[in-house]
Amino acid sequence: MIDIKNIKKGFGEKVVIDDVSTTFKTGKCNLIIGTSGSGKTVLMKCLVGLFEPDSGEICYDGMNFSEMNEDRRKELRQSIGMLFQGSALFDSMTVEQNIMFPLDMFTQNTLAEKLKRVNEVLHRVNLEGANKKFPAEISGGMKKRVGIARAIVLNPKYLFCDEPNSGLDPQTSLLIDKLIKEITVEYNITTVINTHDMNSVMEIGDHIMYMYQGHKEWEGTNKEIIFSKNKLLNDFIFASEFLQDAKDLRMLEVKGKIDMRDIDELNKQVDG
Amino acid sequence: MTFFTEFGSYLLTLRGMFTRPENGKMYWKEFMHQCSEIGIGSLGIVAIISIFMGAVSTLQTAYQLVSPIIPLSTIAQIVRDTVILEFSPTLVCIVLAGVVGSKIASELGNMRVSEQIDALEIMGINTKCYLILPKLLASICVIPMLVVISAVLGIWGGRLAGTATGILSPAAFDKGLHQYFKPYNVFFAMAKAYTFAFIISSIPAFYGYNVQGGALEIGRASTKSVVVSCVLVLFADYLLSALLL
Repeated sequence: MIDIKNIKKGFGEKVVIDDVSTTFKTGKCNLIIGTSGSGKTVLMKCLVGLFEPDSGEICYDGMNFSEMNEDRRKELRQSIGMLFQGSALFDSMTVEQNIMFPLDMFTQNTLAEKLKRVNEVLHRVNLEGANKKFPAEISGGMKKRVGIARAIVLNPKYLFCDEPNSGLDPQTSLLIDKLIKEITVEYNITTVINTHDMNSVMEIGDHIMYMYQGHKEWEGTNKEIIFSKNKLLNDFIFASEFLQDAKDLRMLEVKGKIDMRDIDELNKQVDG
Repeated sequence: MTFFTEFGSYLLTLRGMFTRPENGKMYWKEFMHQCSEIGIGSLGIVAIISIFMGAVSTLQTAYQLVSPIIPLSTIAQIVRDTVILEFSPTLVCIVLAGVVGSKIASELGNMRVSEQIDALEIMGINTKCYLILPKLLASICVIPMLVVISAVLGIWGGRLAGTATGILSPAAFDKGLHQYFKPYNVFFAMAKAYTFAFIISSIPAFYGYNVQGGALEIGRASTKSVVVSCVLVLFADYLLSALLL
């Protein structure tokens, strides 16, 4: 569990994160959503210690990250995995070397043990046989999966994903979402995901925090988000007419004014 | 003001390198990799430059020494001292500032921009220590060796050119090489080589590590690092000559 309390962060005069507090629960996919420039990435960078918040507390299972010295932070970071927007794979290394890197650095395992673990995580992300390929030789979706494999190779307790679906087609995005969700439940990880992909929100959003201009505007689950009355959130989620229509239909169905089965029947007739 | 800010930031970057390595073996591996990259990678260009540098100095010295009372072996003596004192340490290090410096700056800059440095940080690795220190130590170990090789090849190139053009015989050249040889000159050349090695690795590492932006900024950082390194090499050259000679 990650607890953040009253986090503030600014650059010069500009306040980017303004008094944000929330709890990211273990075994759940915690999503941070919001428009570009709303402070999602800065908040995530504060969480992992790449930026130092101006004030507030970040607690990892009760341990105050903000007050830790560098050595303790290093220890904690070994239980953190992160998937970057651009995957951040080491270009000069093969897929296998990329995944093995944290094992080489932080374990005393033999080569055979390390290879076994690498193959295990590669199997977990459905990338068997890609060991000897270089990042330049694999697709965007595969890079993301290698990024996930590298992030989970040391069995982390916390997983951070910055825009895991950016630049991916909808099908691959769904696969990545599903994978993150499965890994979160399987390893009982606290997963925090930065996204503005609405498919992800609806598919895996166990806990969603909507940020607007640096502050927390709304918080809830994917079940609640669709019926939220928050105007800013609705403007963000239902930005396209298509999604707005879909929502209106769903609302009519919920109110019992239409039956979706009738619409299905209508669709079949049109297709026929 | 910018100068002081940059200088302060440079010192902080250097200070940040000195922490306990997370895994000595990995650091050693990286150090050896950098020794190979910097040393073997630059050997070809160093050899070519050195041979031609020695050859040209022989020809130009012979062109200027027109007095019949000066023995021909003096040409070899002048070539030897010029190569050891100035050409090999300074000229080779200026070339290396371009070859090695731009490589270090662009490599680190690219790692910064593509978030690879952030990825290492999040794993709990001191990136200054892991990425900069091996490059710095490898440069300090390997560049003086390149300077020695350059001096040997430079003198050999001079001998080759002198013999090939018939300016002086190999025996006269060898005689001149032994004339009034001061071992202190070699010490001076090595002092310069170590100083320049530090400059041409730490300055590009600083600019590359702190890149912000994209491809354009990486290019700018790379160019700036080479320019600043070259200027500092020349400044240090003057300072060491004034202090040690």
